Amino acid sequence: MPRERTVVGSGVYPYRKPARISPLAIGAWTVTSALGPGRGAQLEALRARRSGLRPNDFTDAPLETWIGRVSGLEESPLPDEFGLWDCRNNRLAWLALQQDGFLDAVADARSRYGPSRIALLLGTSTSSIGATEEAYRQLTPDARFPEHLRQPIIHTAHSLGQFVQHALGLTGFCATVTTACSSSAKVFAQAERTIRCGIADAAVVGGVDTLCGSVLFGFNSLELIAREPCRPFDIERHGISIGEAGGFALVECDGRGPWLLGYGESSDAFHMSSPHPEGLGARIAIQDALSRSGLLPTDIGYINLHGTASVRNDEVEARVIADLFPATTRASSTKGWTGHALGAAGFLESAISLLAIADELVPGNLNATVLDPVCGPQICIDNTALATPTVLSQSFGFGGSNSVVAFGAERRM
Amino acid sequence: MTAPSAPTAFVEGISFWAPRLPGWKAAVEVLAHGGDPALGALRRPATDLLPSAERRRAPDSVALAIEVAAAACTASGLDPAQLASVFATTHADLAITDYLCEVLVRTPMLTSPTKFHNSVHNAAAGYWCIATGCHAPYMTVSVFDRSFCVGLLEAFMQVAADQRPVLYVAYDIESCGPLAPVAVSRGLLGAALVLAPTRSDRSLLQLAWAVRPGTNREATPAQPDNAGLVEGNAMAPCLPLFEALARGTGLVTLALGLQSVLDVRVQKPVVSAA
Repeated sequence: MPRERTVVGSGVYPYRKPARISPLAIGAWTVTSALGPGRGAQLEALRARRSGLRPNDFTDAPLETWIGRVSGLEESPLPDEFGLWDCRNNRLAWLALQQDGFLDAVADARSRYGPSRIALLLGTSTSSIGATEEAYRQLTPDARFPEHLRQPIIHTAHSLGQFVQHALGLTGFCATVTTACSSSAKVFAQAERTIRCGIADAAVVGGVDTLCGSVLFGFNSLELIAREPCRPFDIERHGISIGEAGGFALVECDGRGPWLLGYGESSDAFHMSSPHPEGLGARIAIQDALSRSGLLPTDIGYINLHGTASVRNDEVEARVIADLFPATTRASSTKGWTGHALGAAGFLESAISLLAIADELVPGNLNATVLDPVCGPQICIDNTALATPTVLSQSFGFGGSNSVVAFGAERRM
Repeated sequence: MTAPSAPTAFVEGISFWAPRLPGWKAAVEVLAHGGDPALGALRRPATDLLPSAERRRAPDSVALAIEVAAAACTASGLDPAQLASVFATTHADLAITDYLCEVLVRTPMLTSPTKFHNSVHNAAAGYWCIATGCHAPYMTVSVFDRSFCVGLLEAFMQVAADQRPVLYVAYDIESCGPLAPVAVSRGLLGAALVLAPTRSDRSLLQLAWAVRPGTNREATPAQPDNAGLVEGNAMAPCLPLFEALARGTGLVTLALGLQSVLDVRVQKPVVSAA
């Protein structure tokens, strides 16, 4: 018999178990990262244990670190009709949209539901701030932005949502979610609420975040950047590698699956850039995701961890996993492959979780050689086969914003 | 139009802050009764939720958002630690964006770690949860000129979907530096609501809401005299709803998507608790 475990202690938070939701079908999905464009490139690199990280060749000023950079964006401007939105972040969005037949799938959905009945919900952390940084590097003598960088829309977070809205021809509810590193995981929760409230019949969810100087040097200032490729859960981990990624999914009421089974969201209420020491927020989010899905910890085959390879995150997260899940659950961070894609990490790692289901693959912890002793038996270095096609994806962000999403091969009504 | 069966949220608390409308009581006098706005404009609110050292260090965006969030919760009588929340801001902290971009050009290795972690769009929401000990989730949205409407709809949906009260906070601050002409926002403007799924003894108003096809040409304009008091702030699109809230009645249409609008009918509470 599965043992009931107390996830949330008798803290100050009056924990209320959320009701189960009706699962939603992931009708189409695609993802692009430093591993390459589309699902095939991710899968191939995961299987071959080939990292997408490379020595930093992005910043003007030197910064010794490794990054997960998507190749070719510099030479791929947006088509003329979308010139208003041209910037690195929207180029990555456009590259991602063109993989895995996603544009066709949205066109089909648009004809079935109508363009105003498909919500568009996208997560990002810094969106197109790279364009703002570029403008500051090229200021005119009277301290103005150069003429080609004066479009207001590329200097605000909704640059992403508005571009994709036009690119996909969607006219209804559209939001850019900006909860830092949990942003593009929370869009799954938002999509479920939106459909349940009848505001839309389907939703395109996703996340896009790109490399930029302020983030690389910002994380450097917090002493969170590794000089070497990041080593999640290794005893000698030294910090994070920053990456970039973009991806999208079509969420519908019916379909063949895989299925969005549930989600959990919470706040740490502890610190802006450091996790709650007992992982309280993470535990609440996990419990909520299990409750909304009608799942027990023993039902979970794989957990894609937040696993940034920062000293604190991995220590706290490993303890939470060891406390809550049985030894049969596998858990890993895939940031050794992709780097931390920040506002796109929630989606990227949800997509890797969906790949795990589709291809029965549990990725290990790339770059880890000796696991931190706080890790339980769940956290694995090597790739293995997925035993149970029900998975969680965990995303925790600055500002203490936590999100956990549950996916499965079966609908589990 | 909002049908009789339209989903409804009850307003348990309201707050508002702009330099010449410092607080909901002052705003009601001006927005509903044609009273005179404050002559001397305050620069930013002196929020008393934060300890004094924290208050001095808090960026404008955080001080503003926490002020209106706290005032709305106080008005509602509900415990902020138990409220899920939605924060909407068009540009987050423009002064910090200006700083980060500027330091990046000259001395990137000297980037301030505090300014960096305060640069995330959810900084105000994060500090709010820390200040109130709140573990309930928050959502943060940024949707250019639709930010207020999208945040409000998100809050309405959370109230309806989860059947629990939700705090909604909308704010934008002053732009500065070379960014100012392109990320346009002047002064400070913050507003907040505590919304509940059922009527309580403290319910001030009820809001019946509906999403329908429409364009931004249908959006309800603010009264010109009032609009001048928050002109240029990126969150100014919140004003027509707060005018209706101040009057206690009205139908307000807000631009939502490219071809969709949100109708909000404001009236005194008439629906009994479910």
